[in-house]
Amino acid sequence: MARYLLSRLGQSLILLLIVSFIGFAVLTLAPGGPLSQFALSPGMTQEQIDKIASQMGLDRPVVVQYFDWLSHLVIGDWGTSYRDGQSVLHVIGSHLFATLLLMGTATVISVTLGSSIGIYSALRRGGAFDYTMTVFAMVALSIPTFWFGLIAIYIFSLNLGWLPAGNMYTVGDGSVLDYVRHLIMPATVLALVDVAIWSRYMRTSTLNVVNQDFVRTAKAKGLTGRRVLLKHIVGNSLVPMITLAGLQLPMVLGGALVTETVFTWPGMGRLFLDSLGYSDYPVVMGLLMASAVLVLVGNLLADITVALIDPRIRLD
Amino acid sequence: MTTLSTNSTERKPLIKSRALRRFLSHKLALIGTVMVLTLTLACFVGPYLLPYDELYIDLMSRFAPPGTNGHILGTDPLGRDIAARLFHAGQISMAVGFAVMIIATCIGSVIGVISGYYGGAVSAVLMRVVDAFLSFPSVFLLLALAAFIQPGPVMIALIISATSWMEVARIVEAEVKSLRNQDFVQAAHMLGLSNRWIMFRELLPNAIGPIIVAATLTVARAILLEAYISFLGYGIQPPLPSWGNMLNGAQQYLANAPWLAIVPGVAITIAVAGFNFIGDGLRDAFDSRSDLG
Repeated sequence: MARYLLSRLGQSLILLLIVSFIGFAVLTLAPGGPLSQFALSPGMTQEQIDKIASQMGLDRPVVVQYFDWLSHLVIGDWGTSYRDGQSVLHVIGSHLFATLLLMGTATVISVTLGSSIGIYSALRRGGAFDYTMTVFAMVALSIPTFWFGLIAIYIFSLNLGWLPAGNMYTVGDGSVLDYVRHLIMPATVLALVDVAIWSRYMRTSTLNVVNQDFVRTAKAKGLTGRRVLLKHIVGNSLVPMITLAGLQLPMVLGGALVTETVFTWPGMGRLFLDSLGYSDYPVVMGLLMASAVLVLVGNLLADITVALIDPRIRLD
Repeated sequence: MTTLSTNSTERKPLIKSRALRRFLSHKLALIGTVMVLTLTLACFVGPYLLPYDELYIDLMSRFAPPGTNGHILGTDPLGRDIAARLFHAGQISMAVGFAVMIIATCIGSVIGVISGYYGGAVSAVLMRVVDAFLSFPSVFLLLALAAFIQPGPVMIALIISATSWMEVARIVEAEVKSLRNQDFVQAAHMLGLSNRWIMFRELLPNAIGPIIVAATLTVARAILLEAYISFLGYGIQPPLPSWGNMLNGAQQYLANAPWLAIVPGVAITIAVAGFNFIGDGLRDAFDSRSDLG
């Protein structure tokens, strides 16, 4: 186990290194650059811009800048925001909770709803429900998340007035119920695509399990259909879903970015867009890295969980 | 050369006809085809049938609801005809989708075939790069690129392609890896054919089925991604309309002019769903195992 963990950790670190290089290259080589913001100020001469560039170390070769940035990154110094001089880690940290709350809730919704649909479809394969859900899943995968959000706001906030149209809590309230009311719509909107994906995979996974010998054995032992379903079929078909949850992370995170924009949710996605608007390179770079770390850690956790649950898998 | 490929030319028509038959019996795929064809026709013929130009600004009839004064889908905050803009936007959005399909499929195929054919260290390095690209949420990377590069339709297509080729690369790599040791490849080696010939003339054509499926799904994905970044203001820039940037200002007028949001969203959903349906049908058509279930 320890050896497996170490090698997986090593692989993830190498991947992070490549990710950081791609991200840094993209941001550094793109025209505009961090200095374009200063060039906009009236009365700014080229001399002054050059001075700022050398102060910020931007006049050095790109490779030198990269390794300088990387060596600081490793010791936990992710730079300071160009916008307000706060440390990047602090800025990201203060937006992390909102995004994790949104993603977590959406994942809970999509896992429960998606698996239920998938299991039911598999047990009644070829039936009306199965067919309807197949079409629903493909339509759901085709709806732009942000547009679904707009329509949800139009119906449930503007017309029916049931739910707030944005933000994470009401100023001056902030009770748990208030958070929940603000969370329902964005989390459901974010979950839609994942419900579709989960239901499809869970259907396939259940179909694979239903035909296994141990299910026949369980039935032969005289266990009730319900018990076989809950203990033997559902349990076993959920195992590959844990890996899927890990693999879905980048998509959920990307979806969160758009959902946060529509619902003015104060998370990392909003921060990313704001930082892009200000050409706040250190924060943008930090967010790219943070999202990659989140994705890699999520995948690692998923693999470890599968290994702990499934006795057939030995990690060596 | 010709003697070498007889094997595959003999098999191909059979596979093709069976695949075509399966595709035609796939109800969703047919619906998808109809959806895409109708939408394409509307976008390219529609503008000639409408009384208004897509750039014509009429401040006297701002926010006209659908159906007023010959504006079948209403007007936008500048009094421009939404139907005219929708059709022109469709031309651009779908052109971006197809351009991405071609570029991303080419990049993915080349990287996939090289990685699958050479294996070993080459494959390890290339596939780690694929993994690295996959660990970014693609919208983040897209926005980071689009925000700092002057966006035009061509640039947007290139940027979306840069984040959409990994799927094809993985599929091609897996296919080529499984074909690499087959007899016809050995025969090609013995004939002294170059590596390049074997990769692109012998191996790649054999993976054409999965590539076509992935390419179709890439169109759907590209249309969606264009909508995402244009909605956020970093994609196609007005006055050039795209389905995404038509939705850009829609949120602030949601209460009084909901059609601004509804119309382009429906168009996007129809287009993306159409291509997804077709892709699904193609997958079943090319996959001989699909007969079993």
